[in-house]
Amino acid sequence: MHQIKWISGVLAGTMFLLVACEKQVSSVFQGFSAPREFPPVVYRLGANPVTEEGFELGRRLFYEPRFSRNNTISCGSCHIQSAGFTHHGHDVSHGIDDRLGHRNSPSLANLAWYSSFNWDGGIFDLDLFPISPITNPVEMDESVANIILKLKSHPEYPRLFKKAFGTEEINTGRVMKALSQFMVMLVSDQSRYDQVKRGQASFSATEQRGYALFQTHCNSCHAEPLFTDNSFRDNGIGIGPNQDSGRVAISLQPSDRFKFKVPTLRNLSFTAPYMHDGRMRTLDAALDHYAENMKATPNLDPLLKNGNQPGIPLTSEERSQLKAFLLTLNDTAFIKNPLFAE
Amino acid sequence: MSTIKSLTGLIVSLVFLGCEKTTETPMDSSTLAPLSIEFDNIVGGYNLQLGTGVYKNDAGEEYTVDLLQYFISNVSFTKADGTVYTVPQDSSYFLIREGQAADRFANMKVPVGDYKSVRFTLGVDSVRSTLGIDKRKGVLDPSGGMESGMYWGWNSGYIFLKMEGTSASVPVDPSGQRKFRYHIGGFGGYNVQNINNIKVIDIDLQAGGVAKVRTGRAANIHLLVDIAKVFNGTTTVSLATHPSVMFSEYSRLVANNYQYMFVHDHTEN
Repeated sequence: MHQIKWISGVLAGTMFLLVACEKQVSSVFQGFSAPREFPPVVYRLGANPVTEEGFELGRRLFYEPRFSRNNTISCGSCHIQSAGFTHHGHDVSHGIDDRLGHRNSPSLANLAWYSSFNWDGGIFDLDLFPISPITNPVEMDESVANIILKLKSHPEYPRLFKKAFGTEEINTGRVMKALSQFMVMLVSDQSRYDQVKRGQASFSATEQRGYALFQTHCNSCHAEPLFTDNSFRDNGIGIGPNQDSGRVAISLQPSDRFKFKVPTLRNLSFTAPYMHDGRMRTLDAALDHYAENMKATPNLDPLLKNGNQPGIPLTSEERSQLKAFLLTLNDTAFIKNPLFAE
Repeated sequence: MSTIKSLTGLIVSLVFLGCEKTTETPMDSSTLAPLSIEFDNIVGGYNLQLGTGVYKNDAGEEYTVDLLQYFISNVSFTKADGTVYTVPQDSSYFLIREGQAADRFANMKVPVGDYKSVRFTLGVDSVRSTLGIDKRKGVLDPSGGMESGMYWGWNSGYIFLKMEGTSASVPVDPSGQRKFRYHIGGFGGYNVQNINNIKVIDIDLQAGGVAKVRTGRAANIHLLVDIAKVFNGTTTVSLATHPSVMFSEYSRLVANNYQYMFVHDHTEN
C-alpha cells in the first residue's frame, strides 16, 4: 500500500513534468511569457503587446525576401533557426548579391532582455533594429519605404496587417512592431541548464565541475541566466583582418576601441563560428583562446588580466569540464520549435 | 419668428462665448493663423544651384552641391512683450530639402500677434531621438534609404544635416567619383555620452521685419541660409582633407561652423 502510494506519487510527478515540458515547447501560440528565473524584461511590451496575429505577421515578415532590394534575402537568411538564429558556418555573413558583411551574424535568442543590439550596441530599441540590415548595402540594400510599397501591392499582406493591427494600413511602425512581436517570442529557456535550475534534471559530475569553473571565471561577463551582461569588452582576441574597431564607432571613446558586446553562450553547439568576426570555428578554439592565446591588447578587460599574463589559467581537464557545462546550454526545443519556423 | 429670435440669440451667445474663451486662452486654436519660415539656401553671394553651380570655399577648393537637406524642429516665437508661443511638438518637425519647392518652408499655425524673434533647433532634439517608433511619424519616419534618408540605422539617430556634392579637390572614391559626403548628426548619446550637434538657433526679426500674424493672412519669415558656412567659419574645412564627415569628433567643428548660416532677410506679412 505504502509502495503503491509512493509509485503513484512518482507517476503523478512524472506526468506533471511531462505536462510541464510539453506546455513549454508547445507549437501552439500561447503569448509571451517571461521565464521566472529571468531578470525583468527590457523590451516595452506595453507599447507593443504580443498578439497571435501580430506574431504570425512578424514571422511572415521575418522570412520575407521582399525585405531586400532584389527580393532574395530575408531576415531568416542570416538568422537560421536550426543554427540558433545565426548564419551557421559563416565567419561573416553574405547578404545581397553575395556581398560579404564584416561581422558574424549573432544569435536571436532572448532579445526581450537586451538593452542594445549589434556587436557594437549602436541600436538601443528592438523596434529600430531591422532598419540597420535593411538599409545596409551589403545586407539587404533596401529602404523601409520601398518594402512598404511592395507589401501594399501584395495580395495578402494588407489583410494580414488588418488582422494584426485593425486596419489594412502598412507603415513603418506596424512593420517594426510585428517583427518585434516575432523576435521577442524567441525565448530560449529549455536547455538542460534551465531544467537543472528548475529541479527537473541534474548535472553530471563533470558538468557540475564545469559549472563551478564557469561561475569562477566566466559568469561576471556571461552572466546567468542570459549568459551575457549586455556589456562591451575587449577579450584580447586582437585586431581582426578587417580592422573592425567595435564599440568606439558608437561611443567615440578611445577606451572602447576593439570592444564588442558580450555574446550569449546559449546554443553554442548550433552557432559556430564564434567571436564578432567568426574567426574561431570551434568551441575548443574559443576555450584555448581564453586559456592560452589571449593578447595583451590596450583595452583588454581587467577581469581577463592575470598578473602580467593575460588570460584565464585553465588546465586541459578544466577546459573539458567547462565545455561539458557549456554544452548544457544547448536548447534543442528552441531550435526545433515549429512556432518559429518559416 | 420666435424660433428665429431664439436661434439668433443662440448664435450670438455662441459667438460671444467663443470670443470670451479666446480672450481667456490666447493659445486656443480658433485664434491661430498661418505663419511660415522660408529657408532660402544660398552660397555666399550666389543662389544655390544644385548640380550646376560651382562655388569656392575658404580653403580655395571648388565644389558643387548635389544634395542638401536638414531638419528644423522645436520652433517657438516670441512677442514684443516677451510671451513665447511654442509650436506643439508633434507639429514642429520639418525636413528642408533643396530642390523640392514645397520643402523650403516650415509651415505652422500660431496665435495672431506680432512676433519679434524666432527660435528653432537645427536637428532633432535628444528626447525625440530616443522615443519609440510610434513617435517617429512624418518626416521623422525612419523609412528612408541610404541615399536620401536622414536616419542612421546602425547607430540609432537622425542625420541633422546632409550635404553631398563633388569637388576636383576630393580624392577619387571606390565608385570612381570625387564625391564629398557630409552627414552631420549626434544627439548626445543614449547609453553613453558622446557628440551632441543639436544647435538651437535664435533669430531676431526686428531689423528685417517682425512677423505680423493675422487671421486670413499668411506671414512668411524669409531666411537666407548660407551653406558656404558648412566649410567656412571658426574651422576652415578642407574637402581634400575631409571628403567624408559623418559620426566623428570632426563633425562638431562642422556643426559649430554651420550654426551661423541663418540670416533673416525680410518678412512678408
